[in-house]
Amino acid sequence: MTTTAEPRVARRRPVRRTGAAVVRPGFVWAVPATLFFLIFAVLPLILVAVLSFASWDGISAPRFAGLDNWRTLIHDHVMIQSLWLSVLITVLGVVVQTPLSILLGVWAAGHQRNRAVLSAIYFVPLLLSATAVSILWRALLDPNFGVPAQAKWLFGDGNLFGRQTSAIGVLVFVGAWQYTPFHTLIYQGAARAIPQVLYQAAEIDGAGRVRQFWHITLPQLRNTMITSMILMVVGGLTTFDTVLILTQGGPGTDTTISAYYMYQRAFKSFDFGGGSAIALVLVLIATVISLIVVKVSGYDKMRGTTEGL
Amino acid sequence: MKRRPNYLAGLGSLVWLFLIGLPLYVMLAATLQDRADYSANGPLAFPEHVTLHNYTQDFSNGFGHFFLNTLLVTLAVVAIVLLLVPPLSYAIVRSRGRITTGVFRLFLLGLAIPAQAVIVPMFYVISKAGLYDNLIGVILPTAAFSLPVCALILTGVMRDITPDLYEAMAMDGASPWRVFFQLVVPLSKGGLSTIMVFSALQAWNGFLFPLVLTQSDSSKVITLGLFNFQTEHGIDIPGLLAAVVLSMLPIFVVYLFARRALVQGLMGVGGK
Repeated sequence: MTTTAEPRVARRRPVRRTGAAVVRPGFVWAVPATLFFLIFAVLPLILVAVLSFASWDGISAPRFAGLDNWRTLIHDHVMIQSLWLSVLITVLGVVVQTPLSILLGVWAAGHQRNRAVLSAIYFVPLLLSATAVSILWRALLDPNFGVPAQAKWLFGDGNLFGRQTSAIGVLVFVGAWQYTPFHTLIYQGAARAIPQVLYQAAEIDGAGRVRQFWHITLPQLRNTMITSMILMVVGGLTTFDTVLILTQGGPGTDTTISAYYMYQRAFKSFDFGGGSAIALVLVLIATVISLIVVKVSGYDKMRGTTEGL
Repeated sequence: MKRRPNYLAGLGSLVWLFLIGLPLYVMLAATLQDRADYSANGPLAFPEHVTLHNYTQDFSNGFGHFFLNTLLVTLAVVAIVLLLVPPLSYAIVRSRGRITTGVFRLFLLGLAIPAQAVIVPMFYVISKAGLYDNLIGVILPTAAFSLPVCALILTGVMRDITPDLYEAMAMDGASPWRVFFQLVVPLSKGGLSTIMVFSALQAWNGFLFPLVLTQSDSSKVITLGLFNFQTEHGIDIPGLLAAVVLSMLPIFVVYLFARRALVQGLMGVGGK
């Protein structure tokens, strides 16, 4: 495998400082992982597009169905509603989690001892599976045995899962509880990487803490904000476990967001073609939103944040 | 330069601590009392009669077996990742060819593929391969979906190895194999433990693939066991929460001993 790489390298750099040609691994080294990834991630992604034009009940062989699934989908009001719900939950998630995680992350970036201890506790939720988190909150918010049953003055009849607004509120809250620590962690890392020189210069100029935050910290975190928001958007649009365990899409179909609807269509109603079509819509929306975020922010030009230092 | 303490931020962080800590406390307290006490006193009360009954009961309900299944899946996923990712990252960092550049792009794009989007075709592929309701059928896709992040993390670590070291090895006439095992692997130990911990966490907490790719009790993993427990005996909150605590114990042990690797791994997801 080296023989393919060696002569090329030798040709490109005939004289080396050390005199010995550096051996380079051939692409063969990348083949096992690439093949594995192609089979178990890329192939299914292609198949999802193919299956969206097929009718398949999960048992007999899939057969070509043209645009049938798509036609059904366009006229399916649950589907249309699920898209709006997905977008709503995603937007609410970004709006709630971004300011929280920036503030917590910047705070935790300080090197004080108490912050280290506190952040060790903050990060506990990201060790838990989405399943465990959802089950924990389902139990805590149980209409009969949970906290709302004891605090009726705050929660009304105590059944948070019985109305659309409160059910969506629960989903957004539990999502924030689970994922804010993760985004906090990203911001903490990024905030630590901001050169101290900038703050020292600002302090000499007499800028206070608030102005330093707005004029140094936030602009320096720009790239991290984009990464974190893209992760939130993709994660929000594909929210599934939380809905399955907390609300089962209810009351009625009031919290049936697209990823959950896809699971229902495919694995509960055995309409795997229809499920694939929904999945493809989700992938396309997530990709388009990520691309828009990248374009609008100029992230693709990779403007460094250390310019002028 | 001395700065005055930021009281507002401190206060905010205490509120957040309360929001994180309270549910965890309620969970632990609930698992230590029996059902009647929990129903009577509510979730916020301090346990009166401490009992470990909920935990022993969970074990007799098959959680031990689910636990072993999860352990098996986790070990296998970590093994696959450790086998595939280091050579891949080595090639990405050191090989000069259009193919490896393309491979790196592929894995970068792969970061954006949500597992939720592929469960239908995954069900198709795994059923066709005769691996439905088999732990191998869970292991393979789980490993595949942790590859992009692990590749990104390890590639970043391997990039930091200075060219001088490669040149020194080349002087000795070392083959790529020797360079890999005597230079690259020893110098990326930190990165290796990071991807180990990351992929283990993914596998341990994985829910979606087991949900759609297995059905019988014999191939049930712990997250699925929790889900079934909830749908079947959702009333038994102390028992359910005890199972949740059991499911996270090993991660806590890892968190205690390998906190650095874990935090680095999760930070790596955010990228730089």
